[in-house]
Amino acid sequence: AGEGSGPVPGDGAGPPAPERVLFPPTFSVSEIKNKQRRHFMFVRWKQQQRKEKLALKKKRRKEREALGDKAPPKAVPKTIENQRVYDETTVDPNDEEVAFDEATDEFAPYFNRQTVPKILITTSDRPRGRTVRFCEQLATVIPNSHVYYRRGLALKRIIPQCIARDFTDLIVINEDRKIPNGLVLSHLPDGPTAHFRMSSVRLRKEIKRKGKEPTEHVPEVILNNFTTRLGHSIGRMFAALFPHDPQFVGRQVATFHNQRDYIFFRFHRYIFKSEKKVGIQELGPRFTLKLRSLQKGTFDSKFGEYEWIHKRREMDTSRRKFHL
Amino acid sequence: TKTQNFCRNEYNLTGLCNRSSCPLANSQYATVREEKGRCYLYMKSIERAAFPRRLWERVLLSKNYERALEEIDENLIYWPRFLRHKCKQRFTKITQYLIRMRRLTLRRRRKLVPLRRKIERRENRREEKALIAAQLDNAIEKELLERLKQDTYGDIYNFPIHAFDKALQQQEAESDSDSEAEREEEEEEEDVDKREFVEAEDSELSDFEDMDKLDTSSEEEQEEEEEVEKKASHSKSKGKTPLKGPARRKRPYIEIEYEEETEPKTK
Repeated sequence: AGEGSGPVPGDGAGPPAPERVLFPPTFSVSEIKNKQRRHFMFVRWKQQQRKEKLALKKKRRKEREALGDKAPPKAVPKTIENQRVYDETTVDPNDEEVAFDEATDEFAPYFNRQTVPKILITTSDRPRGRTVRFCEQLATVIPNSHVYYRRGLALKRIIPQCIARDFTDLIVINEDRKIPNGLVLSHLPDGPTAHFRMSSVRLRKEIKRKGKEPTEHVPEVILNNFTTRLGHSIGRMFAALFPHDPQFVGRQVATFHNQRDYIFFRFHRYIFKSEKKVGIQELGPRFTLKLRSLQKGTFDSKFGEYEWIHKRREMDTSRRKFHL
Repeated sequence: TKTQNFCRNEYNLTGLCNRSSCPLANSQYATVREEKGRCYLYMKSIERAAFPRRLWERVLLSKNYERALEEIDENLIYWPRFLRHKCKQRFTKITQYLIRMRRLTLRRRRKLVPLRRKIERRENRREEKALIAAQLDNAIEKELLERLKQDTYGDIYNFPIHAFDKALQQQEAESDSDSEAEREEEEEEEDVDKREFVEAEDSELSDFEDMDKLDTSSEEEQEEEEEVEKKASHSKSKGKTPLKGPARRKRPYIEIEYEEETEPKTK
């Protein structure tokens, strides 16, 4: 009843001419009780808003063109990456302390070419089809890796055996309801252990491409966006999985791209079509990881010393704060 | 099969609701119960029926299985066979499950961590958004081109125009073919030096990059350029079939012509 609602009652479909109708200034669309009329009014309001916005854009563009060279530079849109809360552990490329740390941490032998990576890939108990196939594909992607299944063997007991047989890294793929959903990456001679949550795993046949399978060549590694100290150490962990000298003949590249604390893994074959253009073709499995915890020693859930754990209540409060 | 009810009374011996095994219905009754890993024999007799607090008499049984069975026999001497038998059976069952409990705690247990639906959904959504923001293909292509410019690949890819020479080209407005020929020569000479001294600037792992370049430079000194070119052309021809992949991905209906490597690329 009341407040001068627009369309005349009984006039369901046709919109009245807007000049005939006056609204009191405190009127809002949400006050109309009738859903159909309310919807109609809302749609009209929305169209009006859009028109206004378009008009504003056009005006601004005309002003820009009119000013020509003197126009103020275009405003940079705010993105989450722009607005990211500054993390004090961000690594400065020239930082000596960081360089010194990295020269003396557990990956130093790898980066000094003293060790060749040898990876053991295994799963949790009783792996189901997808996980098994994923393990196999992962083994083809990472050179010098072996897949072993364990039936009920405790991790703590196989670690000394691995060290004895000269493995440098251990990957455990955890499975839940027939899909892999977790990854534990442990650098073996008492190196750090990282526990990830793995999601959107795509096997090779599910990726839409028409390439062949990865060859035996050592791929290159790309690590993007690992900026903080924590990110740096994780990045080095990933780099330590692959042998140091990529074979460029193979033209394969494995990418670990960190974006907003999600690490995307892709495996491509590239070809340089020209100086400025490169074509890439995705082979190989893909998955995304999210770091859950980083432990100082090898895998030990009870007595391990945790360097970093994801604490949901503290760390997930801000949308613009990332830790990797 | 005959269905039977369960008895809810905690002192029940068999667990079923019968006249013979109801602790309320029988004035003389016995049970075995365990508390914190120790087994007790509870007995109820008619003399104490008026005193509910003292109704159930409790006897601690020995930890030794045979000793405990003897104790049950001693305490329930002259009691009905049924009760004695059932008590011993129950005691046996209890000890078995206690043993199993102790064995299980020694082994490693699989800990089930429940997923929280809201959190799962939130993380999935954020992952999708992060994926879109990442623009992976572009990032990878950019990185590869960067590496090409930084000369990590050495002389495998023989593109006549190089990064800092491009600047030259922009400044000079000379004919392309001449400048390219000059640049190829310059490049061949300078490459050997450039590789050893130039640092990769914006890669995350500067160590890694340096190591790579040192290796490729050592390769270069061993091989001749002609061989490298042959190898490059061979790899190019090897690369023809995978090239169809990304090309086809982008423009599926256009035929792609492959240029011979010896022709100068005009860009």
